[in-house]
Amino acid sequence: MSDFTFLYRGRDTNASPEQMQKTMEKWRAWFKDLGEKGHLKDIGHPLEHSGTVVKGKQKTVTDGPFAEAKDVVGGFSLIQARDLQHAVELSKTCPILEVGGSVEVRPIQVINM
Amino acid sequence: MVAVLTRIFGVHNLALAEDVVQDAFCRALEVWSFRGVPENPSAWLMAAAKNRALDVLRREQTARTYEPELTRWLQSEWTLAPVVEEMFTDTAIKDDQLRMMFSCCHPRLAEEGQVMLILNILCGFGIDEVAAAFVTTYTAVEKRIPRAKKVLAGSKRLFDTQAPADFSARLPAVQRALYLLFNEGYHGASAESVVRAELCQEAMRLAALILEHPLGATPSSYALSALMCLNKARLPARLDASGKLNSLFEQDRSLWDQKLVGEGLRLLDLSATGSELCEYHVEAAIASVHATAPSMQATNWAEIVSLYDALMTIRPTPIVALNRAIAVGQRDGPESGLTELLAIADSERLAKYPFYHAAFAEFELQAGRPMVAHERFSTALELSRNPMERHFFSGRIEACGH
Repeated sequence: MSDFTFLYRGRDTNASPEQMQKTMEKWRAWFKDLGEKGHLKDIGHPLEHSGTVVKGKQKTVTDGPFAEAKDVVGGFSLIQARDLQHAVELSKTCPILEVGGSVEVRPIQVINM
Repeated sequence: MVAVLTRIFGVHNLALAEDVVQDAFCRALEVWSFRGVPENPSAWLMAAAKNRALDVLRREQTARTYEPELTRWLQSEWTLAPVVEEMFTDTAIKDDQLRMMFSCCHPRLAEEGQVMLILNILCGFGIDEVAAAFVTTYTAVEKRIPRAKKVLAGSKRLFDTQAPADFSARLPAVQRALYLLFNEGYHGASAESVVRAELCQEAMRLAALILEHPLGATPSSYALSALMCLNKARLPARLDASGKLNSLFEQDRSLWDQKLVGEGLRLLDLSATGSELCEYHVEAAIASVHATAPSMQATNWAEIVSLYDALMTIRPTPIVALNRAIAVGQRDGPESGLTELLAIADSERLAKYPFYHAAFAEFELQAGRPMVAHERFSTALELSRNPMERHFFSGRIEACGH
């Protein structure tokens, strides 16, 4: 088993309260399912949609990220899967895909010595 | 929540208040997606909205003007947080809802517009839910609500609930709006029984809020609340699980909510002070006779007829006359009922009302003329406005046999 992060991007800003509530229920069900199957190492956190970026040697501080809503990372989780392909399979049922968002699946670097 | 935030931001910033609520809700659901729904979601939401309000106020301190009375306190960081905190206490929230309720009943708005605003702002009904409640299209409501909100935002400040003269002058309009809201739930054409029960529930909640205000606890306000309790008590028997309509004749009286009946009678008692006798008093009294009768046959119809006589002097409408005629028929037999039905003044205004024809049909059936009854029920069926009514009249036609 290897560790991966799921980075969730994008959100539906025009959803009605009922739709949002349904989306939330889907997330709860999805996490529950991952957890029961032993794939959820850490559920992670949702992130605020803005913050501050500190950049370069000059340490310039800017408000941001000013990416478009669909590109903003909205949250992350730590996932356990056999390999990348398995992790990708797990991500395919993520509710964010239904509202036009994306999941970025990234293996966590480990060097076995 | 919108009511509280509008109190802080000022009524001209109604849209800002709604954005803040939407945003707070959005964030709440994102966090709950990960962490699960907390034990007390509404308190959580209130806290989120409060924090968002503080953010907005700090960021846009000079860019906007807020509620005139509060601006001074909102401009200083020393008083900002305590003032906002104060606004979110339970008593302040109730006060804000009352202000908003009175503000929604703006004289420039039609009654239906007032009710739609109350549903949208104070009861948290979305456009689609308001449309479902009024059995109208999404687009129609989508046009009407923003127009009504513009009127509200143009009124510069929220209604002052502490000014006795203004309060008493606006109170009848507010009572009327709540009465319509309740009736929409009780008699309305929305087939979904959940929507209907919720409308009644919201009307009762807001009516109770009026009773908590020293200027609002008038005999007519008590009568209105009594009327709602007594009618709501019968709602479980009026509609069955599939949303099918049951007439008073066929209702299972054991399903009536006796606790609500008790509460209604208590409120009716409280309303009987002073010399004011309004339509709500009479309607509540009629409802109380029904609610305390053990059966249709053992109902005190003489009492009900005399109450309808009283109602005719306050509000002489063809619908009241129709109900009176039905009561007379119950008291004196079907032939008398038919005579009364024929004597209704302005009866052409009832020509399109299905229950007018159904009333004739019921009496014809009781008088042993099923053929005539069949014809009259068929007219009612043709005029029915929704599946619930259609189903009901089809059933009555079957009862006529062939």
